[in-house]
Amino acid sequence: MAVHDHGDHVHPDHEGHAVHDAHAPVDDLDHYQPESLLMEQALRELLIEQGVFSAEDIQRQIDLTESRTPALGARIIARAWVDPAFRAALLEDAKPALGGAFELDLANTPELTVLENTEGLHHVVCCTLCSCYPRNILGIPPAWYKSREYRSRVVIEPRSVLKEFGTELPSQREIRVVDSTADMRYLVIPLRPAGTEGWDEERLSALVTRDSMIGVSQALAP
Amino acid sequence: MDRNVHDMGGDPAGPIDQGEHARTVFDQRVDAMLRLLAHPQKGYFTVDAMRRSIESLDPQAYHGLAYYERWVRAVRQLAIERGLVSQAALEQRMAAIAARRGARP
Repeated sequence: MAVHDHGDHVHPDHEGHAVHDAHAPVDDLDHYQPESLLMEQALRELLIEQGVFSAEDIQRQIDLTESRTPALGARIIARAWVDPAFRAALLEDAKPALGGAFELDLANTPELTVLENTEGLHHVVCCTLCSCYPRNILGIPPAWYKSREYRSRVVIEPRSVLKEFGTELPSQREIRVVDSTADMRYLVIPLRPAGTEGWDEERLSALVTRDSMIGVSQALAP
Repeated sequence: MDRNVHDMGGDPAGPIDQGEHARTVFDQRVDAMLRLLAHPQKGYFTVDAMRRSIESLDPQAYHGLAYYERWVRAVRQLAIERGLVSQAALEQRMAAIAARRGARP
């Protein structure tokens, strides 16, 4: 039995030796090189002293980034499910549609394309080269999205990757993997689950998960 | 043709670790610095320049470092290239911070 000790992120291997646990969370500063932490602080201090930005700018930027979460994406998807005109506008040209309906200022953000899943076609979003992601809608990407494994595999074996996420699609449904770039991000409209006829946006939005908007999952069943 | 270290689409790889990682203050600050420097209205550098900087890390650093550790090195490189800070000033400051931390009781 593998013993996962998340206090020090080691577990014994079959011979009982302590080995590095590749699945350990990296949210512990002990896992960073001391040089990285010094570099961040030195850069920040010097750039503030040079007047490039202020400490307040940093905090405001952090607050803005943290304010963008998949809950915003879920509201957008729920609106698209109930409002055909909004859905059409979103698919046609996403940024102006969102600027109008959700008062999002996306002027200084990369282009955004919204992709609609259907009974015949399922979309999965990735970024093979780095970690491009619709951050202004969904927030910071999950760690697995940035991982070597996801980036390498999803473009050649999407069905088995989806299976790892617990998603099994009918074999006749086409899977289209879209690769993001620095200049183009993608948001998936998952299929609206059956049995939600007459639901309002708020109720529907609870079924829209982050992973369903990336395309590794479907929306939750009611 | 040899592919660069970041160009990994289609490579064989193992199962995906779906664990969620909480962001640290370090992560948040590095992220915020990049956003501020790359903001089109500031224009110190672009996201493409940032990518070029990350992608030119040597393979050992690219694979051995955590995500935002790669980023902080890329931001450092660009800040020096753009003349926002000098390498000497940065090294001095890192040494001073290390000394301050070491001096703490």
